[in-house]
Order: sequence, then structure tokens, then C-alpha cells
Amino acid sequence: MSTAVKADPAGPAGSASPLTARRPLGDRTFQILALGSGLLVLVILVLIAVSTSQQASSWFSAEGFKIFTNNWDPANNQFGALAFIYGTAVTAVIAIIMAVPVSVGIALLLNEVVPYRWSRPIVYVIDLLAVVPSVVWGLWGILVFAPWIQHIYASIASGVNGIPVLDSLFGSPTSGASFFTAGIILAFMITPIVTSLSREVIATVPQIDKEGAYALGATRWEMITGAVWPHSQGGVVGAVLLGLGRAMGETIAAALVIGSSATITSHLFAPGYNMPAVIANQFGEASGVFRAALMGLGVLLFAFTIIINVLARGIVERSARRKRGA
Amino acid sequence: MTTVAVPQQAPDLREQKGWRRSKNRIMTTLMVVSFVLVIIPLGFVLFTVIAKGASIISWQFLTGQPIPPNVLPAGIGGLWPAVLGTILITALATVLAVPLGVLGAIYLNEYGGRGWLAALIGFMSDVMTGVPSIVMGLFIFSIWVLHFGYSGLAGAFALGCLMLPVVIRSSYEMLRLVPDPLREASYALGATKSRVTLTVVLPAAIGGIVSGALLAIARAAGETAPLLFTILTVTTANPNVFSGPNTSLPSQIFSNATQPFVGAQDRGWGAALTLIAICFILMIAARIVTARFTRYSR
Repeated sequence: MSTAVKADPAGPAGSASPLTARRPLGDRTFQILALGSGLLVLVILVLIAVSTSQQASSWFSAEGFKIFTNNWDPANNQFGALAFIYGTAVTAVIAIIMAVPVSVGIALLLNEVVPYRWSRPIVYVIDLLAVVPSVVWGLWGILVFAPWIQHIYASIASGVNGIPVLDSLFGSPTSGASFFTAGIILAFMITPIVTSLSREVIATVPQIDKEGAYALGATRWEMITGAVWPHSQGGVVGAVLLGLGRAMGETIAAALVIGSSATITSHLFAPGYNMPAVIANQFGEASGVFRAALMGLGVLLFAFTIIINVLARGIVERSARRKRGA
Repeated sequence: MTTVAVPQQAPDLREQKGWRRSKNRIMTTLMVVSFVLVIIPLGFVLFTVIAKGASIISWQFLTGQPIPPNVLPAGIGGLWPAVLGTILITALATVLAVPLGVLGAIYLNEYGGRGWLAALIGFMSDVMTGVPSIVMGLFIFSIWVLHFGYSGLAGAFALGCLMLPVVIRSSYEMLRLVPDPLREASYALGATKSRVTLTVVLPAAIGGIVSGALLAIARAAGETAPLLFTILTVTTANPNVFSGPNTSLPSQIFSNATQPFVGAQDRGWGAALTLIAICFILMIAARIVTARFTRYSR
């Protein structure tokens, strides 16, 4: 079909046939419009990479590899960003550790346990969770959740005092706004996406495999570990990676509850900082190399999330294709 | 001898079965617990926002202006600038992103077929849904705001960039469900491809497309990060979305959340309730559209 359209204006041979000659301009225009809209996605992605890197170039050239050191001191023109990269990794990992078991549990509950008429209200609730805006999570996090959980942190910290590893992870100093609080809030926020992706993956498990497991006398859990899990393992890994990408890029909630302190510490209950939060909080008053540095953090964030998303989508797509082929 | 062995074996089997059953039951319970773990924070957030916001919200709060300084208690002035900004900027973003997104999906499903370009665009649009919203803000700041200044339009560009891949994905899924015999029947009547797409395929999928777009709008209306460096904040209403700084409900909540003053925090809760109400109304509208107008579903 598309070759006919392309051949049409090329030569008089095309116009000789009445069918192709009547192929109106509007038809071609529409196709070009549609193609243009599709290409827009690629254009925007390239423009993001080019324009933000351009704005950030003075940071990269001024600091070189020192951008990966730990000294963020805008007053003295020191812009080493390691603390933010560390904070991003720590909060995202905390979020993933908490969100993934819960999300996979809900996905299994929806697909394998509850009957259809019960699964719909559960899906509504999960969708509701997805619609609560990031800034509302942040507002609740800083004004209600952080003051409340502060006391729990304090008692945990006094409980682990002196125990070798636990003390350096959960010991004092503690603060309501901290790495851990940000991780918890991020976990709430990425649960819907990880749940819905895991559900999609788990739904591709062939009915016949499940029935086979039941026929061998397996309980439901044995059916899940024996038939569902081997089939959906790859896809769930992809879903987890996508959740990780989300948790890394989620800005406003983290900016409000992370505590805004550019430090690298193993204490999870201490205030910290991550890349999106520092951009959101400091970009307004930045200029010159400072602005370029924040722009550069955006570039790094963009690069990290793109890599993770490409990996994750690749894994999800490959496992989906294999399932269709099987 | 054999009569002794059989009763010995039987309780052994039952024992194992008992453990298998209880393990099954434990795991099922854990799945239910994981759902409960999600309901608790959601219920907490909604309860707090409604409890604290309901006493603040009034007609005066929603339509009054200007937004008062942080030290003043709630009840003076109102959030009309933010409400207006959110409505205008989100509407403009919708006008920009939804037609382009639907057209992009039409390319992917109707024109691109199994070609490498369609595969690449589809893949990259999925990847684009993962681009952090703050990066979209920085992007629009560097290509638009630096040259043309802060405006509602810049905010709409940023929100539109976030919505575009979401609309493409949801519309594409809906177009894929339209059965081929419908297309073939209208080709047989001599219709051109654009006519088939616009008058047969699109109407058949419109329910799902609209509901997907409404969900994308609901997500975009709650976004703060892309607006921080594109619209700034103002205290009086700016109905001209194409020039001059503007403000929005999420931006106001963000700036009020860190204030120590009770009045500012109260205004934050009021704005949060307004924003959640807008998002939920959009979501419910999407559900209604899905329920009433969907012709083909999985």
C-alpha cells in the first residue's frame, strides 16, 4: 500500500492507471502527518539529549571527572555530584526492595487467586494509587508521615545501638525526612506500575501449564512456583527495572521528604539528597556553572533512566515474544 | 509385615500434605496482606487530605485572588490563579499532545506495519514514558524558556511531552483491537486509506482512545516538576497562557509544603484536595467512557 503511494508522483506510468491517479492529495498528507507524529517521539528524545547536554557543557568541561567526587559547594564553585548519585541509588533501591514483593503479591492475587468480579475493584484501588499526584504524596509525607515515623526511627536506632552492621545502617542520627522516608514514599508511588506490568506478564502464562500443574496434584502455591514463575520470571525482572527507573526519576515527593543534605552516609535514617530533588530545589536560584551543573545532573539522570528503560523494555519485549512464539 | 508398613506410610503422606496446604495458605495470606499494605497508606493520604482540606475549601478559596503571603491565615484571598493556571495549562497540553499522540498511534498501527521504523518508534515511545518529569522541565527550559521566557505555554509543552508517549501507547493498544474485516470491508467499497482510518477505524476505537487520553490528562494535571522552571509562580491570575509567568495547583502545594506557617500549610491542604478532586473526576470520567463506549476489548 505504501509503495503505491510513493510510486504515485514519481512517473507518468502511475497516473496512467485510473486507480492510482485518483489517489488524492489528502490521503498522502494524512500519511505524512501520521509519520511526522510518530517521528516526533524520536525528535524529542534527540532534542532532550542535545539541548540539555549543551546547557550542561560548561559543568562537564570545568570539572571533568571531578563531577564524580563528593564536594557540592556552590558558594565556592565546587560541583562534585557523587552524594546525589549515591542518594538516588539508595532511595531507589529501598523503594524497589519494598515495592517489588508487594507488587508481585498483588499481581499474583489478581491473576491466580481472586475471581474476576473481585479483581476489578482491586484494580480500581491500584489505579487510584497511581492517580494521587506526586506533590500530594510529598505534602502528606513531610507534614504527616515524617513526624510520625521519626519516633519509630528513634526507637529502632536505640534498639540496634552497638550491633555491628545494623547500627551503621539503622543507628542514629535519625530524622523524619531521610533516605528511608523517601524510599518508602517512592515505594508507594512505583507500586502501581510494577503491579500492572507484572500482571500483564503473569497473564501470558498459558492456561494449559497451570492446569497441568494442578493435574499433578500441586497446591496453588506449588502451581505458582512451578508453572507461573518460570514462565514470567524474565518479564517480572523487566517490570522491576522499569520501577527502578521510575523511582530514580520521581522528583517532587523525594524533594520534600529526603531531608536535603548532600552527604554520603550508610545511615538510612539520616537526611540525604538525590539528583531530581537537588535540581528541583536549587535550580531556581542557580546561574552560570551552578546552573550548568544542575542541568548536567539532569543529563546524567536522563542517561541512567534511558539505559534502564531500554534494558527493561528489551527484556519485557523479548519475554513477550518468546511467549507468543511458544 | 506389610500390614504394618502401610499405616506407617499413610500418616507420613498426610503430614507432608498438611505442610503443603499450610504453606499454600500462608502464601495466599501474604498476597492478601500485600494488598492491605497498599490500601493503608492510600486510605491515610486520602483521609488526611479530605479531613484537612474540606474545612479550607470554599467558593471564596477556589475563586478568590490574589494568593496571600505565606504568613496570613487561610480565609484571606484565594487560589483562583492556581486553579485557572492548572486548567489552562493542562487544556493546552491536551490540545497539543492528544492529536499528535493519536496520529502517532495511527502511524504505528495503520501505516508502519512490521517495518523497522515503526518498531523503533514504538520502542522509543515506551522508553520515553520513563523519562523523568524533571528532565522534561529542564528540556523545555533550555530550548524554550531561555529564548522566549516563562509562560503557561512552556509548561504546556513540558506536560505535552510527558503525555505524548502515554497517549501513543494507549491509542495504539485500542487501534490494534479493531478487527481487520472492518478495514477490508471499507477498502472493498473503494475508500482511501485515510478515509478508512478516519471514518471506520478511529470511530471503532474512540472509546478506548478517549479514556486513555483522560487518564494521561489526570496524570499530567498532577505533575509539578515540569512546571517548576517553565511557568514559575505568581500570586495574581494570568489568563494569558501564552505569555508571562503563571502558576498551578501543584506548584502552589510544592511551595506551601515547606512553609512553617499554619496558614500556608492549610492552603496547601486545600489545594491538594482540589487537585485530587480534579484528578479523580478525570479518572472516573475515563471509567465511564470505557464502560459505555468501548466496542472492542481484550
